[in-house]
Parts: sequence; C-alpha cells; structure tokens
Amino acid sequence: MNTLTFTPPGKKDSGDSVVNGVDLSVNFAGIKAPNPFWLASAPPTDKAYNVVRAYEAGWGGVVWKTLGEEPPAVNVSSRYSAHYGKNREVIGFNNIELITDRSLEINLKEITQVKKDWPDRALIVSIMVPCNEEAWAYILPLVEATGADGIELNLGCPHGMPERGMGAAVGQNPDLIEKVTYWCKKHYSKPVIVKLTPNITDIRVGAQAALRGGADAVSLINTINSITSIDLDNMVAKPTVGHQSTHGGYCGSAVKPIAMNMVAEIARDPATPTLPISGIGGISTWRDAAEFIALGAGSVQVCTAAMLNGFRIVEEMKDGLSRWMAEKGYDSIEAFSRKAIPQTTDWKHLDINFKTIAKIDQDLCIECGRCYIACEDTSHQSIAKLTEQDGARRYEVIEEECVGCNLCQITCPVDNCITMVPQETGQPFLAWDNDPRNPFRVAS
Amino acid sequence: MTSPLNHLPSAKEVGTYDPDTLASNFSDLHPPLTHRQAMIESQRCLYCFDAPCVEACPSDIDIPSFIRQISENNINGAAETILEANILGGSCARVCPTEILCERSCVRNHDAECQPVLIGLLQRHATDHMQFDGHPFKRATSTGSHVAVVGAGPAGLSCAHRLAMLGHQVTIFEAEQKPGGLNEYGIARYKMTDDFARKEVEFLLEIGGIEIQYGQRLGANLELATLHNQYDSVFLSLGLGASRALGLTGEQAPGLMPAVDYIKVLRQTDDLGSLAVAKRCIVIGAGNTAIDMATQMARLGATEVTLVYRRGVEAMSATDHEQEIAKANGVRMVTWAQPDEILLDDQVRVTGMRFAKTHDQAGRLTPTGETFEIAADAVFTAIGQGFEGASLSDTTAAELARDGERIHVNEMFQTSLPNVYAGGDCVKPGQDLTVQAVQHGKLAAHAIHQALVAKQEAA
Repeated sequence: MNTLTFTPPGKKDSGDSVVNGVDLSVNFAGIKAPNPFWLASAPPTDKAYNVVRAYEAGWGGVVWKTLGEEPPAVNVSSRYSAHYGKNREVIGFNNIELITDRSLEINLKEITQVKKDWPDRALIVSIMVPCNEEAWAYILPLVEATGADGIELNLGCPHGMPERGMGAAVGQNPDLIEKVTYWCKKHYSKPVIVKLTPNITDIRVGAQAALRGGADAVSLINTINSITSIDLDNMVAKPTVGHQSTHGGYCGSAVKPIAMNMVAEIARDPATPTLPISGIGGISTWRDAAEFIALGAGSVQVCTAAMLNGFRIVEEMKDGLSRWMAEKGYDSIEAFSRKAIPQTTDWKHLDINFKTIAKIDQDLCIECGRCYIACEDTSHQSIAKLTEQDGARRYEVIEEECVGCNLCQITCPVDNCITMVPQETGQPFLAWDNDPRNPFRVAS
Repeated sequence: MTSPLNHLPSAKEVGTYDPDTLASNFSDLHPPLTHRQAMIESQRCLYCFDAPCVEACPSDIDIPSFIRQISENNINGAAETILEANILGGSCARVCPTEILCERSCVRNHDAECQPVLIGLLQRHATDHMQFDGHPFKRATSTGSHVAVVGAGPAGLSCAHRLAMLGHQVTIFEAEQKPGGLNEYGIARYKMTDDFARKEVEFLLEIGGIEIQYGQRLGANLELATLHNQYDSVFLSLGLGASRALGLTGEQAPGLMPAVDYIKVLRQTDDLGSLAVAKRCIVIGAGNTAIDMATQMARLGATEVTLVYRRGVEAMSATDHEQEIAKANGVRMVTWAQPDEILLDDQVRVTGMRFAKTHDQAGRLTPTGETFEIAADAVFTAIGQGFEGASLSDTTAAELARDGERIHVNEMFQTSLPNVYAGGDCVKPGQDLTVQAVQHGKLAAHAIHQALVAKQEAA
C-alpha cells in the first residue's frame, strides 16, 4: 500500500536560510547560522531534547544553557515570576534559576551528538566557572572537543552565582572581564562571545574590556536585578520559596528598550566600532529583531517569548522579517545591520530648530478625550475641547501652543488618529552645541 | 390574579414546555459575566475624560471610574462608585435600556471599535459581587426631621435612602404588600431573577431610619392631607398604576386583560406551570411592556403570539434590542393596524380581534377603511399606563397642579403644594425609566434636605 506523503503548503523547510526569497543566513563573528534567530542560554536550551525541538522548529542557533564546574548547581523549587499587564499579558519575566543542574559529562555528550546531527545550525556553549585560569583551562578543551561552534561567557548571571564569585561578580569588574576573556582565547580556538550584564552604570566599559581581552563578540543584555511583585497577604515577593524570596533576573518585553539602548551605546562607541553584537532582551517578534539589528546586532537571542509561547514563534519571526526585508529591498541581514546607528546621536547634536506639531484626524477620532486631559493636566494645554452643534465632542490642536511632545499621540487609542506633522520653520539646522542660548556653546 | 383567563388552560396543561425548560425559559436572559469576562471587558474601557457614557446616564454614575476599579479587582470600590450615584444600581444594571443610554454613547460603539463596552453587565458584575461588612453608606447625624414617602418603587426607595443618609427619618407608605414597585411587579421575569428586587430593597434598608408601612394606598386608606400635616415633608412617587383601556365594547370579557396585571402575577408565582396560557394571543402596544408580555407568553408555551401596533416599527418605543428579543422568541409583529372590535363567542369570551388598517396621512394616523381579523384566545393590552384616578382624590391631593395627567413639579421636584415633592413616572419630566426614577428620588431628597435645613436654620 502506498503511503501518501506531502508537505503541507506553506510549510517551509525549517532549516532553509532562504525564506520568501530572502537569504536570512548570518556569519556572526565566524559562526554561521541559517538565520539570526538564536535561543539564548536559559531553561529552553538546557538539554538535547529541547534543543532538537528548537532546531526542528527552525531556530538558526542555540546557546546551550551555562555549563559549570562539578558538582552541578542545585536549583530551588519555585523559580519564575512575572510582571503582568492588562489581561494577564506578561510584560516582564523574572527567574531565580541557576546554571545547569545536570552533570558536565551528560551535557558535553549531548552537545557533541546534537552538533553532529545538526551541522548547519549554530551551537554555542555558555560557560561559567570560577575566576581562575585553571578552572577555564580545564573546561575549555572539553567544550572544544564537542565540535560546538563557539562559546559564550556567562559573566552576567545576577543571582546565586555572584555569591560564588562568578556571573555578574565578574561582569561588573572590567579587569576580570578582560582577564577571563584572555584565558578563553588562550585555551579555546573558536569564537569567544562575552555576555555582558546590564547591572552596571556604563555598558561600554564592559564591552571595551572584552575587546581588550580578545573577544570575538559580545552579547547583551543578561537579565536585570528585579523583584516583580509582592504577595500582599503574606508580605513576601514572588517567586516564593517557602516563606521567603530573593531578587531574580528580569527579562521579557519590558527590558527591550533598556537592552536596545545598551546595544546602541556599544555600536556607537568609537572604541568598539566593529565588535560584533548578539542582541538579547525582550525580543518577541520579527520587528523587535529588526530593530536590534538596525542598532548593530548581528544576531538576536530569544528566551522569554519562547518560554511563554513555545518554539513555534520562530516561524512568524522568519516569515515576517523576510517579507519586510523583501519589501525594503534588503537582500541580507548585513544589508540593514547598523542602519539606524548614524541617526542615533547625543542630545546635544539634535536640531533645536526642528518643529513638529500634533494633528488630529477628526474622521478617525472617537471622542474619548484622552488627548485633551493628558495635555491639559500634564503637558502644554494645547488641545481645545469643543462641542459641535449636535452635541458631539471635538478636540482640536492649538497649534501655537503645541511643543510637539507626542503625548497626545501616545495616549490616543486609535491608530493614526493623531499624527505628528513636521513644520516648515524656514530656520537652518542648529545643534545645541552651537545655539547662542547655550552658555557653553562651541564657537562655530 | 389572572381571573379574566380562568377559562384558559395552564402552561402545564398546554404542555409546550416541560417544567425544566419552562424554568430555564425564565432564567437570566443575559447571563452575568464571569470574573474573567469582566476583567477582559473592563479593560476595553478607554477611561475617557468627561465620558459620554456618564453624560448619557440619567443617574450620573461615574462609569469610567467604576470600570477601572473592576479592572483593578477592586469590586467593593466599583460597587460603591455605582451605588453612591444610584442605590438601585443592581436593578438598573439589569433593566436599563443601555443600548439607548450609556452603551450607545460609548466611544467604542463604532464599527472600527467592534462594540461598546458592556457597561450594564459590568455594573451588574460589581453589584452582584460586592461584599461589605455592613451597609457601605453611613447616616449623618439625625436632623430630627421626618419625611413621608408615598410608594416604595425605585423613586421612593431612592429618595428614602438618600434622606436617611442625610440624617432624616423616613416612613414609606406602600399600597402593595411588598416593596420594589415595578422592579418587584412589572419587569419581565427573565430580566430580574432570584428574587433580586427583594434582596436589593433589603440591602437598601440596611442604612436604617426607614420604615415601610404596607397596604397603604393614597386615596383609599391614606390621605395626602394627613401626611402633609404629620410630616415635615412628603415625597410622592406613585408611579402610574392604571392601564389605559382600548375603549371598545367587550373590554371586560374573559380573555382580555392588561399586560401589566398578567406580568404582576407572573413575577410573583412560584409555579410557572399553573399560569394561564393563551395558545394564540394578541398583544396590543409598542413599548417594552408589550414586548415583555409577548415574549413571556411565547416562553410560557403560546404557539402564536402577535404583537399589533397602530404605527410603523420606527415609531415603536421598545428599543431595537427589545424588538429583537421578541422576534427571536417567534413573536409576529403586525404594524399599521389599530383595534376595531373585540370578537366574542356566544359565551362572550374573546375569540380574536378585528383590526382597522391605518396609514399616515400628512402626519395624522388615519384608517384606510380596510380591516382584518386575528383569531386569539386572549388579548393583552399594553398601550400605556396612566394615573390611578383615585389616588389624588382627597381634597388636598386634588389641589396638586398637573401637567396633563401627571403631577407638575419644578426643577427642585416641588409640587404646587408647599413641602410636597414628587418624582418618578408620576411626574411630567419622567421618561418611564427605572434609572430616571432613581435619579428623581435622589435629587428630590437633596432638595427636601436643603429646604428642611434652611427651615431649621431660620427657626
């Protein structure tokens, strides 16, 4: 009897780098992958079973959950908590899980097998061992023997590991970053990515240290120290372990703006102009990924979105990104990487003469009055509340009062109802640097 | 009593529905929201400023605020926001024609926004799930004044509650044996279930300072003159107790009765199966009472229900939503026809009705000359309510200035007699809405309070 075999229409080969006619492949610091969507080192990449499912779903790469010294770490029960928005939408996610709690031997064996079975996918191994050269010199050859494509140094874990002199305890000290990176380059021949912690004041310092140590790339951000919520009945934070809690590491869409700024800071830094960056932090959609790439990321790492929805989300990420790239005429990830960097500058370089004002589309307006009260109470009193003859409300921008702050547009619930319209002022570009009103101006 | 229908079989005998189906036919027409549905729906509210829904609410409920409180899971806070504006917020959540009030003006009531926020159901959610230790409103220090309220319907109860809150003592005189007025006796059974009207009044009375005397009917065993003399103020909330008659021969024949009389019995019975059912019936009228009557008769097991109205659909006072309910229950609507003759058999029982076709001739409703007949076992009239003539017959009451049939009041709800106020359906500005009656009672209470305080200060 014949068996009917067919590929459902629209179901693409998950490993194909060409999607919708666009090549999504990347060569990130020498690590090749069919697409820029990688899973970050975290619970989803803890073991072969999950990683294989991720590859089957179409992820371009995986950073294996952090390996450490023997004996393996021990985790507590109750590990995650969330910061919710309306309708239980998870805005931010918090965890107190440590690095892998499985033996080094099993992890290395599984990594070897998975890499052998999935040669086209990127497989990077995250590592965290104590801050001495012997510890690194011991583990690195074992990892090299697996055939994995590179390593990522976990110098950012904010909970549990710093108490043992690892993770963020290293990542917060530029000298230690440089030293550890140097040992890794010395004892490991493939690409070394340094994962940076955001729990510092200036992210550029860590990236510069990594570069001095010889890093091939940086990845950022690791999680941010956080307490997401308090159980007000029992007066204890979540996640609750017994009757106690502790701070965890924050991730999910809420951290995306923070992560993007840090990525851009490094991309703009003259000290690290070509250092490859793997972007991490709240990436949930193709658009998030495109934004990170536009700010200088060469690949992106995802965790929370997959943890909340499963690995299948990558299908839409690839589909959406490739369609957008085709529409824009970008034939590779490289083609739009860093495209937004030239326009990202310091405040002092902005054009002080630029003027934009709000415009309300009366046909789209649903008369909720949110723009009015926001402007009236907290901004510049530039929206007038009028009543039509039939009793309908009408909100109009008082153009001469509007400073173009965008607040009304932000609070308006209707797409495109309020737009910001740049005005022809007839005045030349003038940065604050050169503004006569600036007492510290640079004489032009 | 449904004595005019004594010759007709009971719902059980008609047997269209088994007892379980019958019971479910009269359970909640619009089931309440679950907690989760309420959360989702509350989050659709845009928290408008100077919100149009508030403007549309006759009782001035701060709708965006109570919905925001629901979304923050502050149910008691939401309930208090509702009840401080409208102490009968629970029944209004069930009976208000929200489709022509708050929900019609909701800014999300645009095609692009899918549908209005379900304000009525959210209000019900808050008032159904509130849990207070004791009554949420406290009484002010006693003023020593005592006010008489005539009628324990929505206007009277609202007025009494607010007066009690302001520190006055209140005695309500109620003609029936139960409080609640139309909430208790006049609303379709599936719109207010589980004895809600009684429970709501119990809750309202928890404030204290309100006494209700039952079986006290103005014009029968109660005189306005007495109240006027014995109390510091009087609030009249008499409602409209009399059903308008068709003015045709045979109006007293078995088989013909006012819809409100039937609904009153339907509301009170413990045994739906025992109610008399006309397999084929006619309902005359175009308001919500007509719709309620026709729909309930269909749900009891009538097989042919025809609603007849002398004008076109667009002139019907029942809302579109109400008309849809009737149609969904198989009620046939016949328009442009007015009663011409009650058809009777040789035992002088109703066998149907002859109608004269009508048309609009330059704004005047005119018979076309054509007639037709509809056979029926019963005819229910729902052509409007009027004043119970006897209620204002004593010498003092007879002096009250009237606006047509209804009592004339000024914007302070004062009648032409000093210290006598009135509100609800019995006054001219009434819209015959529960929520309007509640508002009248509340505002009249403030007007009475203001006058009593001024009098005390002057003394």
